[in-house]
Amino acid sequence: MIIGIPKETLTGESRVASSPTAVAALLKLGFEIQVQKGAGTKASFTDQEFIDAGATLVTKKNVWQSDIIFKVNCPNIEEIALMKDGAHLISFIAPAQNEVILAALKEREITTLAMEMVPRMTRSQSMDALSSMANIAGYRAVIEATHHFGRFLTGQITAAGKMPPAKVMIIGAGVAGLAAIGTAGSLGAIVRAFDTRPEVKEQIESMGAEFLELDYEEPEPDSQAEGSGDGYAKEMSKAFIDAEMALFAEQAKDVDIIITTAMIPGKPAPKLITAEMVESMKTGSIVVDLSAAGGGNCELTQAGKVVNANGVKIIGYTDLVSRLPNQSSQLYSNNLVSLTKLLCKEKDGTLNIDFDDVVIRNMTVVKQNEITFPPPPIQVSAAPAASKVAANQPAEVKAEEPISPIKKHAFIVAGALLFAWVASVAPADFLSHFTVFVLACVIGYNVVWNVSHSLHTPLMSVTNAISGIIVVGAVLQVGNENPLIQLLAGVAILIATINIVGGFVVTKRMLKMFRK
Amino acid sequence: MELSQGLISAAYILAALLFIFSLSGLSKQETAETGNWYGIVGMAIALIATIADPRVDNVWIILVTMVIGASIGLQLAKKVEMTQMPELVAILHSFVGLAAVLVGFNSYFEMDHSALTNFTNQQQIATNIHLVEVFLGVFIGSVTFTGSIVAFGKLRGIINSSSLMLPHRHKLNLAAGVASFMLMVLFVQQGGGDGALFLMTFIALAFGWHLVASIGGADMPVVVSMLNSYSGWAAAAAGFMLSNDLLIVTGALVGSSGAILSYIMCKAMNRSFISVIAGGFGTDAVVNDDVDYGDYVEINADAVADMLSNAKSVIIAPGYGMAVAQAQYPVYEMTRALKEKGIDIRFAIHPVAGRLPGHMNVLLAEAKVPYDIVLGMEEINDDFAETDVVLVIGANDTVNPSAAEDPTSPIAGMPVLEVWHAKNVVVFKRSMSPGYAGVQNPLFYKDNTKIFFGDAKASCLNILDKL
Repeated sequence: MIIGIPKETLTGESRVASSPTAVAALLKLGFEIQVQKGAGTKASFTDQEFIDAGATLVTKKNVWQSDIIFKVNCPNIEEIALMKDGAHLISFIAPAQNEVILAALKEREITTLAMEMVPRMTRSQSMDALSSMANIAGYRAVIEATHHFGRFLTGQITAAGKMPPAKVMIIGAGVAGLAAIGTAGSLGAIVRAFDTRPEVKEQIESMGAEFLELDYEEPEPDSQAEGSGDGYAKEMSKAFIDAEMALFAEQAKDVDIIITTAMIPGKPAPKLITAEMVESMKTGSIVVDLSAAGGGNCELTQAGKVVNANGVKIIGYTDLVSRLPNQSSQLYSNNLVSLTKLLCKEKDGTLNIDFDDVVIRNMTVVKQNEITFPPPPIQVSAAPAASKVAANQPAEVKAEEPISPIKKHAFIVAGALLFAWVASVAPADFLSHFTVFVLACVIGYNVVWNVSHSLHTPLMSVTNAISGIIVVGAVLQVGNENPLIQLLAGVAILIATINIVGGFVVTKRMLKMFRK
Repeated sequence: MELSQGLISAAYILAALLFIFSLSGLSKQETAETGNWYGIVGMAIALIATIADPRVDNVWIILVTMVIGASIGLQLAKKVEMTQMPELVAILHSFVGLAAVLVGFNSYFEMDHSALTNFTNQQQIATNIHLVEVFLGVFIGSVTFTGSIVAFGKLRGIINSSSLMLPHRHKLNLAAGVASFMLMVLFVQQGGGDGALFLMTFIALAFGWHLVASIGGADMPVVVSMLNSYSGWAAAAAGFMLSNDLLIVTGALVGSSGAILSYIMCKAMNRSFISVIAGGFGTDAVVNDDVDYGDYVEINADAVADMLSNAKSVIIAPGYGMAVAQAQYPVYEMTRALKEKGIDIRFAIHPVAGRLPGHMNVLLAEAKVPYDIVLGMEEINDDFAETDVVLVIGANDTVNPSAAEDPTSPIAGMPVLEVWHAKNVVVFKRSMSPGYAGVQNPLFYKDNTKIFFGDAKASCLNILDKL
């Protein structure tokens, strides 16, 4: 099949859906590639590079006639009209907001995979374009903020005076937020971050930022509904938002740069930074609103513009990713290649929309003449919150019993009967030995159960040495008059002693090496 | 010097207690050394008490053989390289097995066969029980003996480490078990027959050999710990034969702790305990060698050093290859150099890395790597996504993404170190051959993976130079 890479038409968009490297990778999977003339120019890919990679250059009209279209932004109605009936489209679609587009695609029987619908699973990480783009946006947000900010981010003490480090607050610690934390931190700023999901605290701290805690705990009406079961944030309660807003208001007076990344899938962005908060900020401070396209986290945000509100600049660029067009195109096209590999396992140049694969099912928003959005929910918990584990414990304990009680009891009864039978026929002497045996087994079981991994080898060599106790048996036998028995017992003593001494000494050697 | 029976019993109880303390001490880093001492003291008390037993004669034989044995043991333990630990442990197991067989035979020869016909009913039962004990003791001992020898050979590389696939091997094992059981019935009915005992010994020896031969090299950690457990059971059986509670207690301790250890490891590999013991690993799944994984990218020492210098966090995932190349010292040197640059560096240890449980920990400890930067799989697996560079040094199956992604893979479902989530992965390899499980590793062909060919030790030294 032929894959077409059209030029992006959205204003301010510099990316392209495929890099020359990706073209080569797609060719390997058995596809033919058509690239619209000049498609990569803004992303610093020349037409010649595409030709060298093995693509053919075509006109706009021809590129849209390809069997499969790879795009960055959702095509508009006119572009859909250019497409073949029954073609395939892989692009960002925003299916929840774009009913008209979905209807148009369905009309033309264009099977469509939406790149924002990649589920957050380990397996699909390589296709997660939202993450790869968010990473870039987070980086660029800090760069833009620094550009408009009239000061150093890092603190310095010079002969000409002392400059304090800038304080940066980052709201929302998704991929973009974390990338922003990292970038701001490496420029020397003091970074604080907030997120509604308590489980990301560790990630925030791992990036070197301070996690802003809220003294309010969201009640869990239904403990089964994990707060971030799909790896994204959800809408919070009124009380929570109030507590959160108080925190932001307090922080706004202190910090120099606020970067907001709060988004809730399929909903307008929550308003987190009010006009009053902006007013309370120091002159020259910066707000970067990464959610500007979704309505903005700041009341004063204007999408695509920089607003100056009494000396505080609010940056509402929606094309941050596009401002690193070369690398963002590379990453996006790598995501597409990964997806294509999943869709074309046979490497025969055809797509197989296999609905048994949850990743593909989740991404497919139109299949032939049927709208398949929204997909059935899948739980892909990123990291369960520690506090919730405690609440769930009673339920979990139950789940951990794989053997049904009836079976278990049957085993116990059978064991008891067997033991009773042995006890009834065996002499008392044997029984007392057997008691000792059973008790020792239980002790051995309990003693070892909690051994730490690093000590497996020493433990084994010690038990090995101890099992050399068999020497006692041989010692008791060596006094027999029979020379054969003497000989065998002697050999047994010899080798068992090797075992005992060797085992203990080597354990000692090993343990000596373990140190903090 | 002769002790009363009461004193001997007291000494035995003390020894048994010390053994228990020893094992529980060994389960924590802080108490491990004390635990070892408990074991040594317990063993000394047990030996002195036994030798002082009035029933024991020919003390000079005991002393001479023990001195010889002790000096051999000392030599072995002092000389062994830490990388050869698995082999040493395996061969020591075989000694216990052989000793158990010999004790079993002795116990059988000691019996007074002539008086057999005049037994009362009670005595008859006691004799039968004794015969069963002898039989079981010899059986377990023999299996341990040959099994450990094969394990030793495989670890040494004398015996081909891939699993031996005889046709009908499960049936062969079953047949050996059934035959042994029938021989046991015969043996007891005859009131002890040499033929049945010898035949069974032969079958058990072959069975032990085949059992371990059919288990692949990748499962050796489990096998070694399983053999450890067997050697304990053999000692316990000897204890029953000789009506010696100390042997029973100690044997049961070792047996059950070894079994638990094997079970813990099987869980770490997501393997059923039964199937590992029965040697079924990797046989039911289809190994698809024809899949084209694409091309791998090579890297040189300069580029690795550069990558490391620019990283913020680095994780090293070592495997058997590091042990083979004796690379733990240069690896540690490299760790120190990076630490001085302020780079966060840690080690990720897969539970079954190496050929012995905890093998990597022992090697790293030998090279004086502080144990608080050596983390287990569960502790570190979530951190790979935030890691700049992962160095995979001589590990293969434990970092194979097929386990997580390809349900048809023979290692499907086994938890692995998910190194491929890191930004960059550098794999130190000697060649592109697959790992012990014989499974191709798609990690090597991933976009963020680079292959650094060469001996792990030389490679590390090379990088160290460039840092």
